[in-house]
Amino acid sequence: MSASPSNSTGKYSVFAIAREAMRLHTGWKKAWTSPEPKKKYQVVIVGAGGHGLATAYYLGKNFGITDIAIIEKGWLGGGNTGRNTTIIRSNYLQDPSAAIYDKALKLYENLSQDLNYNIMFSPRGLLMLAQTEHEIRGYKRTVYANQLQDVTTEWVTPHQIKEMLPIINIDGPRYPVLGGLYQPRGGTARHDAVAWGYARACSAMGMDIIQNCEVTGVETANGQVRAVNTAKGRIECDKLAMIVAGNSSVLAEMAGFRLPIESLALQALVSEPIKPCCDLVIMANTVHGYLSQSDKGEMVIGGGTDGFNNYSQRGSWHHVEETVRALVETFPMLSRLKMLRQWGGIVDMTGDRSPILSTTPVGGIFVNCGWGTGGFKAIPGSGWAMAELVANGRPGALAAEFGLNRFKEGRFIDESVAAGVAH
Amino acid sequence: MLTLTCPCCGISAEETELAPGGEAHLKRFGPGSSDDEFESYLFARKNPKGVHFERWRHAYGCGKWFLAARDTVTLEVFGTYKAQTPYPTPEIVAAIQAKRPDWKPDWHQPSVNTTTTPAESLTE
Repeated sequence: MSASPSNSTGKYSVFAIAREAMRLHTGWKKAWTSPEPKKKYQVVIVGAGGHGLATAYYLGKNFGITDIAIIEKGWLGGGNTGRNTTIIRSNYLQDPSAAIYDKALKLYENLSQDLNYNIMFSPRGLLMLAQTEHEIRGYKRTVYANQLQDVTTEWVTPHQIKEMLPIINIDGPRYPVLGGLYQPRGGTARHDAVAWGYARACSAMGMDIIQNCEVTGVETANGQVRAVNTAKGRIECDKLAMIVAGNSSVLAEMAGFRLPIESLALQALVSEPIKPCCDLVIMANTVHGYLSQSDKGEMVIGGGTDGFNNYSQRGSWHHVEETVRALVETFPMLSRLKMLRQWGGIVDMTGDRSPILSTTPVGGIFVNCGWGTGGFKAIPGSGWAMAELVANGRPGALAAEFGLNRFKEGRFIDESVAAGVAH
Repeated sequence: MLTLTCPCCGISAEETELAPGGEAHLKRFGPGSSDDEFESYLFARKNPKGVHFERWRHAYGCGKWFLAARDTVTLEVFGTYKAQTPYPTPEIVAAIQAKRPDWKPDWHQPSVNTTTTPAESLTE
């Protein structure tokens, strides 16, 4: 666990692979260092998930701030970043959402080049099925809103859907497919690689990523943050960014304020690998199920959230059952598949299903949370906007509408129609 | 699967029979309250990692609201009790402290004897 020089990560390229092949792969360096924490940093970020690491990366890249520690209680990318179904899209209803999610999508498009790390971004197209009259109206409205927001989406008919996706059954008795909202630029990426790529880039800029280091307290004086107490001792900081998803309320309580957040369990599962049969990302919100096929051939399936507060990263079995039951009707071939793994993550839900990027009642503390069931797709945009907020002490255009004060002022960014279920 | 015993009808109900209703014992602030109080009543939540009190409705049973004390980390249920009480009852507090000796109530109870009396009189 000793600190090694921050420039230890060489550039990845075809030449590097050839060079390492010649010397039996003995020259690869660790992608990031694991130093002991220093006494003080300019910025401490709690949470080394995608959002925390992206925030650190853009603080360094866009604002030249590299005196940063990213503290993580577990292992890097081991929370919701490693537990989601990797869906990327930006077809939201409200303008502030479209702006930040589309910023994220645009950054994803070049992220592999930007980070020199293959995040396996696969813009294979994303289809949200309308299976009730209400959803038809809702998604058509979203298509019109997206056109005004310069986000390309289109309404597709059941016939077109059947052509795009032969394995689908469009005339099921309970859940007929009545149409769909299609975003050609949507898709997936390798979730771990997103965290690893950002971590490598942060480490190369000289930032310290400190894993297995739980925060046990937040020290404030005169309404200003002073330090965090951690499993590896006290670390002073000028600014503190809390980017801890399901644990946001716990950290906020340490700092002496409450958040409009409830932590719920959300589950996903993967099947045994099969031959390529589904080259789209499918979301079926009526039945709380979404589906894509991984590069390994596994069908990746996401379900709905539990209804009660939960920090256990385990969800209720009947939600898995409901999801699979409905998906089997829409995709009859899935009925013969064995499921390999099932897991849960703790998502941070806000009342309006939109995130919080905000200053807080404590000076120098900033929160980025509330991404709920759909944070993965937002990682680059969230980090970009959060870096702006932390560096300047006030939000830029992307984060402006997502402040905590929107709850007091009644300016909700209601995405419960466009994204009310898992997304 | 989460199982709670409905204190109204006595049935041991599975999660699929129940509808969750969020944090219990919120103090209502209405017209005339300050913006901060109203906001905090509507939105700010404890969302604790550990002992939690919450509202449930026996939706596919007797239909009544009741309250439950639960641990959000272990998913252990400490007990359920009637909704008509401003604070968790002394029995519930005792049941929690039997399993979590370090846990302390974070509310200021006027007096142990009066907690359930007004509520009981509402229903009986």
